[in-house]
Amino acid sequence: MIGFLVRRILGAALVVAGVVVLVFMLIHFTPGDPVQVMLGESATPADQAALRHALGLDRPLPVQLADYFDNLAHLRLGTSLYSQQPIATILARRIPATAELAGAAALIAVLLAFPLGVIAAVHKDTGWDYGSMGFALLGVSIPNFWMGPLLILCFSVWLGWFPVSGREGFASLVLPAITLGTAMAAILSRMVRSSLLEVLSEDYVRTARAKGLSERRVILHHGLRNALLPVITMLGLQLGTLLGGAVITELVFSWPGIGQLLIDAIHRRDYPVVQACVLLISVTYVVVNMLTDFVYAWVDPRVRAAGRGA
Amino acid sequence: MRRLAAPLLVLGLWAVLALLGPLLPLHPAHIDLARILAGPSLHAWFGYDNLGRPLFDRLVMGARTSLLVAAAVVTLSGVLGAVIGAFSAWLGGLWDRVIVRVIDVFLAFPGILLAIALAGVLGPGIGNVVVALCAVGWVGYARLVRAQVLSLRHRDYVLAAVALGAGQRRVVFRHLLPLTLAPLLVEATFGIAGVVIAEAGLSFLGLGVQPPAASWGSMIRDGTRYMLVAPHMVMVPGLALMAVVLAVNLFGDRLRDHLDVRSATARTGA
Repeated sequence: MIGFLVRRILGAALVVAGVVVLVFMLIHFTPGDPVQVMLGESATPADQAALRHALGLDRPLPVQLADYFDNLAHLRLGTSLYSQQPIATILARRIPATAELAGAAALIAVLLAFPLGVIAAVHKDTGWDYGSMGFALLGVSIPNFWMGPLLILCFSVWLGWFPVSGREGFASLVLPAITLGTAMAAILSRMVRSSLLEVLSEDYVRTARAKGLSERRVILHHGLRNALLPVITMLGLQLGTLLGGAVITELVFSWPGIGQLLIDAIHRRDYPVVQACVLLISVTYVVVNMLTDFVYAWVDPRVRAAGRGA
Repeated sequence: MRRLAAPLLVLGLWAVLALLGPLLPLHPAHIDLARILAGPSLHAWFGYDNLGRPLFDRLVMGARTSLLVAAAVVTLSGVLGAVIGAFSAWLGGLWDRVIVRVIDVFLAFPGILLAIALAGVLGPGIGNVVVALCAVGWVGYARLVRAQVLSLRHRDYVLAAVALGAGQRRVVFRHLLPLTLAPLLVEATFGIAGVVIAEAGLSFLGLGVQPPAASWGSMIRDGTRYMLVAPHMVMVPGLALMAVVLAVNLFGDRLRDHLDVRSATARTGA
């Protein structure tokens, strides 16, 4: 197990290093001079030179990259070009909102996906199955930037149950969380269904039935528990997609999180903030995936054994 | 075939409207101040937008945008990814390890986050949307083809080709890539759905097509500002988007089922 942990952590560290390089390169992908783009046309040459020096853009690329790594290692994220505040402070203010939204969305997804998937698998090829899977297909086909406005129209404008946007109190969390969670629920429920179907055809399930266990116990205790493994992996992967999807959902609902900050920063050409946001979301994703693998290995000893053999 | 009728109808309509759009007598940029925010009526089924432009005409223009972007991105990233993946698996060794690491790094950006950042940095415009989505898109195809080629490379016929003195390029392009086409086609079909949503998403964020050009995403964005008075501005492009994505996904499901049969017989034959 220790060997597996170490290997997995080293692998993740390598990926994070690659992510940092790519995010560092982002600023160099701007067409033309990034400093000119950031400051606009009215900036004096002196201002441009000052910013170029402040960002280190007047030094050779490898030196810049080394500095970038050094700054990140000391958690120096730089300052925002727009508000002149330290980026770390800005991020710290935004993180709780995004975490809250992603957490609530994941909860909704799990609460929806398991009943749907189990019902579909148990009543395979019946109306229940088609209904659940139809919902799942609909869920992946409705983008959240349309789902959000639809929900606002229905539940905020017409029914007046929830606020239209913003982050004030529990009620304001409901619609964004549903918007973000539905797509994940759709993918998860398909996964639960196919995984459970596979498990239910195993010999030990037949044995459990043969020794007279109730169908409920067979499905929940012997079936679902074993069907959970692939679902856990999918959950980890989908948590990342959730973070990506949060960018658009936050914009739809004016939710003051990292996603909204990212889009604002893009429109203000505040590239250091753009880099920091992208970096934060990706590194969170890598770490979440790594933790998922640990949970997986902890639940299923076969994974550890396979890792040792390789 | 019966279950494919509806998806094929939607996809056919999408393609025909998108390709023939410029030939139709449409005025997507014509501003009619008297009709600002006018709802659907007998004369204009889809109503007018906040500048008094006919929504149907703009919808057709948006169909063109999404079809062209989807075709360009899926083709470019599919070819690029397939070639990279195939050579990675075929060459093996250090090359393969490096490419797998690069793929891992690209996969570390969840969803369309990298595309958002790239499109944001490159600046708005449809060309940059294609570049950004290709930069994100090639990874999936590369991974798929790499896995396929890894399982194919030790087949007898490949060894025979090598023994006959076929060069690297010939083996990869003539003997390995053609056999990965079936799963690649399924992946590309679902890829179309992903790109259509991603393009609309980027345009929704204001990073895609710029006015007066239209994208379903930018139409939804414009519509959200007038949701109280003109809900049709959000409904029309949203329904079109959902219909196309749903049709592509249904089509992809059927295609996968259909092609699985063939790959199953291929497996037993191996």
